[in-house]
Amino acid sequence: MPFDARTDPLLKVENLRAWYGDSQALHDVSFDVAQGELVTLIGRNGAGKSTTLRSIMGIVRNRKGSILFEGQELMGKRTYQIARKGIAWCPEERGIFADLSVRENLTLPPILKPGGMSDATLLETFPNLKARATSRGTQLSGGEQQMLAIARILRNGCRFLLLDEPSEGLAPVVVKEIGRQIRLLKEQGYTILLVEQNLNFARSVADRHVVIENGAVVDTLTNDELAVDLDRVKTYLGV
Amino acid sequence: MFDGITPQLLFGQLLIGVINGSFYAMLAMGLAIIFGLMHVVNFAHGAQYMLGAFVAWLLLSTLGVPYWGALFIAPLVVAIFGLVMERLILKPIAHLDPLYSLLVTYAATLVIEGAVRLNYGSTGLPYSSPLPGGVNLGFMFMPWYRLWVVVFSIFTCLGTWLLIEHTKLGAYLRAANESPETVESFGINVPRMMTLTYAFGVGLAGLSGVLAAPIYQVSPSMGSTLMITIFAVVVIGGMGSIMGAILTGYLLGIVEGLTKVFYPEGANLVIFFIMLLALIFRPRGLFSGEKS
Repeated sequence: MPFDARTDPLLKVENLRAWYGDSQALHDVSFDVAQGELVTLIGRNGAGKSTTLRSIMGIVRNRKGSILFEGQELMGKRTYQIARKGIAWCPEERGIFADLSVRENLTLPPILKPGGMSDATLLETFPNLKARATSRGTQLSGGEQQMLAIARILRNGCRFLLLDEPSEGLAPVVVKEIGRQIRLLKEQGYTILLVEQNLNFARSVADRHVVIENGAVVDTLTNDELAVDLDRVKTYLGV
Repeated sequence: MFDGITPQLLFGQLLIGVINGSFYAMLAMGLAIIFGLMHVVNFAHGAQYMLGAFVAWLLLSTLGVPYWGALFIAPLVVAIFGLVMERLILKPIAHLDPLYSLLVTYAATLVIEGAVRLNYGSTGLPYSSPLPGGVNLGFMFMPWYRLWVVVFSIFTCLGTWLLIEHTKLGAYLRAANESPETVESFGINVPRMMTLTYAFGVGLAGLSGVLAAPIYQVSPSMGSTLMITIFAVVVIGGMGSIMGAILTGYLLGIVEGLTKVFYPEGANLVIFFIMLLALIFRPRGLFSGEKS
């Protein structure tokens, strides 16, 4: 059946299993993300959240199940082919290239689709980067590196973003700023799948939460449901 | 100690040093590109250099293609050979330790050299100079062809360095060396880029081979005798440092040439002695920017 953007989820993950060597990291993970929605994958350290993103992106190659994006199967596709379909990935370690300047890092990804942010808009959205344009990537603070990592994937025209723990290791004031920018992206129509351990941060930006434990989905709840049943999720996270 | 050293001897050896340095620089640069961007220790680089010279010889002797045509065709043929080699024997072991690539390319060297030896024998095959004659500078005679080799190699080295360090393509390559997953997630076909990088590095070896054909005789072992020195150049310059490989190549060629003037017995040892010192005092190489 052809993909219908009005009714079908943009991303549909079904029975996703993934392995690192002989060790199975994901066990039949299933969830979906609608167009324009911001969904978080929450769970403890090592629960399989980042592996889910890496499997969607094709970086974890040893995987089975089904990943449909705009109705097209991503299984068997290489990472670069998945990116060209309109999915951008911001890795947990940020992936800022030490050898390149901020501007070079920012302009490194090629334009894959029309409609990406212009350099001027990006620097307006992330003003800290403007002042550091000629600095080496590794001379930036953690927050600036995170902003650069997010800004970098907004140029290429991809409208589906996979963000892996953007708040990790950052000062509260920076986390707040990152949260503001993520909400801004959502307002602009981006669809976002966000991996988070910081429950407060996840609550401040998301529409829906998928809880992952030991490589499997154990709960799914909306942001409103989370507000009234916070203890349930805190138990999962061991908070 | 310096008795009997005439300007002719000094400048003659200096010229030989610069010419040898041109080959050291070009070959070391290709090796540094392949190692620096792909983590492949390409032991077959010498055999691929020999193939460049050999293809040039074959083009001339069978098809009548002159040197200037071979200068374009032979590196292309060798690059395509490298492309096939990367797909068939290097890609399957890309995830393993670089030691495996060294062993595999060493095996490939033996096969390539053996195949050429089997068909064309061990003795050198002559290749006449496309630029005969030269100019008398008063203190020495400068053959035109050797001048061409030096100038051409300098431009090739500078051009390649600019390509890697100052273009978008080079930025992709350097970034892919740091994090191939991230670069591929940008929509860049990193596996193909790596294959083409290997082919480019191998093509440079082939180009050096064509340049070498009129100076040294074309023989199956012409590359393997040079390879140990080239590895020493790369180690001294800093594994993976492209400018390091270029500068060290020329520098060591000159040092070797001058040693032949002042202490001929030590000419074959000097490069390895410098390598020993570099490994002790700057194990990451003279141009790596780090001491250890």
